[in-house]
Amino acid sequence: MLATALITGLVLGGTYALVAMGLTLQYGISRIMNLAYGETVIAASFGAYLLNNAIGINPLLGLALIVPLGFVFGYLVYGLMLRPLVARSRDAASLEINSILATFGLLFVIQGVMLVAFGTNFTSYSYMNFGVNVLGANIAANRLLAFVLAVAIGGGLYLLLTRTRWGTALRAVAVSPSSAALVGIDADRAARFAFALGSALAAAGGVIVSMYQTFTATSGVIFTMKALIVVIMGGVGNLLGALSAGLILGLVETFVATYLDPGLTLAATYLIFLAILLWRPAGLFGRAR
Amino acid sequence: MRKGATWAGLALLLAVLAAAPLYVSPYVLGLLVGIAGYVTLATAWAMFSGPTRYVSLATVAFFGIGAYTVAVLSETLPYPLVLLVAALIGLAVALVVGLSTLRLAGVYFVIFTFGLAELVRQLVTWYEINVTGTLGRYIFLPLGPEHIYWQLLALAAFTLSLSWWVSRSRIGLALKVIGDDEVVAAHSGINLTRTKLMLFAASSVIITLVGAIQAPRWTYVEPAIVFNPTLSFLTLIMALLGGATRLWGPALGAIPLFLLFEWLAANFPNHYSILLGLLFILIVFVLPNGVLAFAEKLWGGNAGKVAAATRGTPPS
Amino acid sequence: MTNFSRRRVLRTLCMTATLLAVGAGGSALAQDRTSVKIGYAVSKTGPNAGGAGITTIPNYVLWVKEVNDAGGLEMPDGKRLPIELVEYDDRSSAEEVVRAVERLATQDKVDFMLPPWGTGFNLAVAPLFDRFGYPQLAVSAVTDKAPEFVKRWPKSFWLLGGGHDYTEALASLLAKARDDGTINDKISMISVADGFGIDLVTAARPSFEKAGFNVVYDVTYPAGTTDFSPMISEASSNGADTFVAFSYPPDTFAMTQQAQVAKFNPKVLYLGVGVGFPAYGAANGENATGVMSLGGIDPNNEANAAYRKRHEEVTGQAPDLWGSVVTYSSLQMLQEAIKRKGLDRDAVSAELSNGTFETALGEVKLEDNQLRKLWLGGQWQNGQFVAVAPADREGAAAPVLPKAPWKAQ
Repeated sequence: MLATALITGLVLGGTYALVAMGLTLQYGISRIMNLAYGETVIAASFGAYLLNNAIGINPLLGLALIVPLGFVFGYLVYGLMLRPLVARSRDAASLEINSILATFGLLFVIQGVMLVAFGTNFTSYSYMNFGVNVLGANIAANRLLAFVLAVAIGGGLYLLLTRTRWGTALRAVAVSPSSAALVGIDADRAARFAFALGSALAAAGGVIVSMYQTFTATSGVIFTMKALIVVIMGGVGNLLGALSAGLILGLVETFVATYLDPGLTLAATYLIFLAILLWRPAGLFGRAR
Repeated sequence: MRKGATWAGLALLLAVLAAAPLYVSPYVLGLLVGIAGYVTLATAWAMFSGPTRYVSLATVAFFGIGAYTVAVLSETLPYPLVLLVAALIGLAVALVVGLSTLRLAGVYFVIFTFGLAELVRQLVTWYEINVTGTLGRYIFLPLGPEHIYWQLLALAAFTLSLSWWVSRSRIGLALKVIGDDEVVAAHSGINLTRTKLMLFAASSVIITLVGAIQAPRWTYVEPAIVFNPTLSFLTLIMALLGGATRLWGPALGAIPLFLLFEWLAANFPNHYSILLGLLFILIVFVLPNGVLAFAEKLWGGNAGKVAAATRGTPPS
Repeated sequence: MTNFSRRRVLRTLCMTATLLAVGAGGSALAQDRTSVKIGYAVSKTGPNAGGAGITTIPNYVLWVKEVNDAGGLEMPDGKRLPIELVEYDDRSSAEEVVRAVERLATQDKVDFMLPPWGTGFNLAVAPLFDRFGYPQLAVSAVTDKAPEFVKRWPKSFWLLGGGHDYTEALASLLAKARDDGTINDKISMISVADGFGIDLVTAARPSFEKAGFNVVYDVTYPAGTTDFSPMISEASSNGADTFVAFSYPPDTFAMTQQAQVAKFNPKVLYLGVGVGFPAYGAANGENATGVMSLGGIDPNNEANAAYRKRHEEVTGQAPDLWGSVVTYSSLQMLQEAIKRKGLDRDAVSAELSNGTFETALGEVKLEDNQLRKLWLGGQWQNGQFVAVAPADREGAAAPVLPKAPWKAQ
């Protein structure tokens, strides 16, 4: 019972972390508070659904197509819409306000396009929906995949960011774009790249999520909000933070549902989130700014 | 002399607005109810968040608390008492939340307040299901749209006056210093905690009252309806768009945006989202400093330049 | 460039203001009218759009198109007047739906209004329909308080029954299976913490108790829950043969998938809203067989079959198998009542209360402004969601229990 709850909770947490990682990159490195993040996730979900149901390309192969598309999309959005705002903003606070307003608009545009294209229907299909035995617990294969991907992406990107020159450059931009430029780093390119990478991760999350979760054209906001909670709880820009925060939320949800009352799961996750913030005001892994 | 004229003008405007139910159609009255509601919300929100730069997404928590209090008590207490109780509950919650500003700042505060609003919604839901055994309450109060409008209008006028008074008083000055630099503020002898708490409480109580006043319009109240997080975002967007640091900014953001939403939803019900989004992006690009700054520039003259100069707050 | 855009924005804003201020003039006189104005406000965006997009909007679209293709609504004198449609998006907000209905009634001065989607929203607009004198044919609102509402708002009509109706039907169906020795007397029950789930679960407790059942697991989960494995794991180990979930569509889809993963095979699997969606059958294929829920159709009813065919042709999607046909039938009733009584709203309301109508549901006569002859329970059998309760109604299929175990996909 305990082992089952533990493993189910970790896997659920992995699915939360997976969807949050792109956002932590976008906000942490490119300094864009992207309210349209969840819409990118949902758009990828629709893409996976279309490929699977209309052309018969399974979502795993679909990843190879949709993730690069996500990257290109992020690259274009940053280049066309956000770069002018970054250039215009006097300081971090005004960039924050500008990016909130602009991506709020983008949210509606993407959502509107999806509404026109797909209508408001609940969309769902089934892929890799079979049980896998993990240490005695029966876990859905598609969720397990999400967990594995979350850990692999989280760990892999963390190593890249901390152990490579390229990663150091990105982190330098995260800390101070203007000083990064002084030491010969192209801050604009780095920010654009990080934003595009974040979009690619959002797309990957969307494809995986679509395998087990029903979605509609208007459910992107839910993903943005969950991702924001995870990102803030982990500490902005910190991939390991996002991973741990996701896992904690998953564990809390499963344990409360198993041992206390399923009616209190969300209340408990928000309570833990608030408590952690009060205890560590810049998130689990964040440094006070 | 000029001051007197301004006051007279404002009093006249208020009188004209208060008499509106006598000469406008019920639909326009409905619009006015919505506008008065959002103007009050945005102004109250900006009263705290504008100068301190603590961006709060807890708006809907207070709004919902107000609405729910009315739903719970409307049959047992006389209406004015219900409003008073709602305000007191809002005040109590605001003081608890306000304490969090002692530790949190920036985006961490933003998402903290969002989480808090969701927590309140979850707890209310859980309580209703497990303790009262039902979800959804009915409000059958004999209040027409004109009664709701008058109450909201009065609250809006009060909020704007309070906001004006605060900006001219010592507290307002203290708040601006806090927004610019908390360390400097503390060193210059400002009692940070008390100042922030007081303003947050005032702003939250007003938001609670807006919820309480509007609730009878919907007859049926359930957590999904009154704790709809969209409201927090709309309030924030309206205030930011208008310019959160100035007295009339939030109102001038709220009115055109509200009318824009209405116009788009009525004329393009099937492409509402796309057009709204595009317009929004456009507005951000063409009005970099908010609607009020744009209007001042458009009307030109020295007023604009002075405003632009006083606006230049040092970067944080 | 910038200047041009700025001016455009300004002009748009001014236009908005002017349009709103001026508004539409008076409506045409009854004698020389050339059309009938019908309006509705419904959630096209926001969280409610998913539900409205399947049960409500497609049926409004279908009906308006059919009426206009036939030359319009027929009046008592045989003349046909085309429908002029006014539609608004309430953006899933209670304040918006209230204002949109005020606008339809007082600004657009529509002849008839169609109701919004959802219990809460139908209640929010009920006082307005009443004050402005419009009949309200509320379909997507499951409420046990309908008799009370009819007293309060005499022109309101409640067509989808109350939670109590559905749980009584379920309890009697289960009681029969138990008496036959198919299932034991234990039930696991979960419900979504939202208006619908709570209404039904509150009605279900006494229904099950009266029928002699023992509810061994009874919990509520918050809307938005995505992982049901803790609840499924609890339900699969407590010895109950029956699993009942009063759930919303995303939950219903997720539970079905997760029950397969967990190899959870209760003898009766009853889930909430979503089972009757064609997408449910499509997503689950063979494995939908045996799953039960609210609603259902009689596959041999020709009027209903013809309706479903037209629905798919016109809107490009099949209707759901619970509320859709009721929505459409309510519009047919309105159409017929107008044919009999004209555009006098009071007379039309009286006719809706007292008249008998031929609809896609068969012959309909309301009792105390409520539709009482409903399909209360259905089950997927042979690729169709057929009605199984009430068992004594003509056209009901026999439930197939126990449900066969999941097939590996």
